[in-house]
Amino acid sequence: MTSSEAAAVGLTHGGSEDTGLGNRGPQSKSIVVPYGFWLFVLSDMVLFSALFASYAALVHATDGGPVTGQLFDRTKVAVETVSLLLSSFVCGLAIIAAKRKNLFWTEFWLVVTGLLGLVFLVIELREFAGMIAIGAGPQRSAFLSAFFTLVGCHGAHVTAGLLWIGTMAAQIWTKGFQPHIGRRLLCLSVFWHALDIIWVAIFTIVYLIGTLP
Amino acid sequence: MTEEPELLNVAPGEPHDSLLGETISYVVGLGLALLLTGVSFWVASTSHLWGPGVAVGLVVLAVAQMGVHLVFFLHITSGPDNTNNVLALAFGVMIVLLVMIGTIWIMAHLAAGMAPGPELTNLQMQHG
Repeated sequence: MTSSEAAAVGLTHGGSEDTGLGNRGPQSKSIVVPYGFWLFVLSDMVLFSALFASYAALVHATDGGPVTGQLFDRTKVAVETVSLLLSSFVCGLAIIAAKRKNLFWTEFWLVVTGLLGLVFLVIELREFAGMIAIGAGPQRSAFLSAFFTLVGCHGAHVTAGLLWIGTMAAQIWTKGFQPHIGRRLLCLSVFWHALDIIWVAIFTIVYLIGTLP
Repeated sequence: MTEEPELLNVAPGEPHDSLLGETISYVVGLGLALLLTGVSFWVASTSHLWGPGVAVGLVVLAVAQMGVHLVFFLHITSGPDNTNNVLALAFGVMIVLLVMIGTIWIMAHLAAGMAPGPELTNLQMQHG
């Protein structure tokens, strides 16, 4: 295949004139890696949409057990929401500091991000434990199975995110601001912001609409 | 063919270029998100609003807050450098809506078509 034929089918980068397939070649890793991670995050949202759909289909299937309005405490949910939102904001500050290769502020904001996420997780686990203690565990009714699957899946994501935050804090500490560490940190921030977006849907659909009079 | 350097892509989550601009973006996003969260909790608590509209209003507020998170935290914009990110997002939103609306629609019709009455559908309750 001659070079002009290769250019015609878009197999070369740069210099080709009008293949209609772009003329700059593949993007750098700093674009491709977070973009691939963005696709993962979107597919994670598709996963959550299925859990939301099953929750919506089963929310009234209480089998004589407790219903939504009897179980949820809006004050706790408000504290959880603000912790996770502040955590997401502080994660952004960590990215800003990391972009400028400022070790102290990157580590500081990462630790604050993790602590706020931990506050969220502790409140959620205490809520779960309280519900199980009064016999409103996941095996009580289809509604509670759907509730624990949906909210628990989000909680599992937050747990994974906390482990990831700790890993990144350690890697930045020991390896410094290398390009691949920066890409991982950016992926972490995309993951963490996405978890907050999913929480917005959870506190609205599960908790607020569930406790309407 | 002319070069269009402004068409280069940016990664999702990548902040803008100046320290002040980046920080302001996050602060504005935080302020708007807190405001929308506060309005959501107020709407859910107050008795001054028309009851049947409250749930719809809450969903609208939640969608608005998700938009705030996408724009100010994830920096997904309508700019030419963001086309790939927006297209992926649009596809994701389409699948999410299909799954959710489709499931809720079908399951609601199934429940309506299957249920002669609560006393007949729940056999365990009948014996208990």
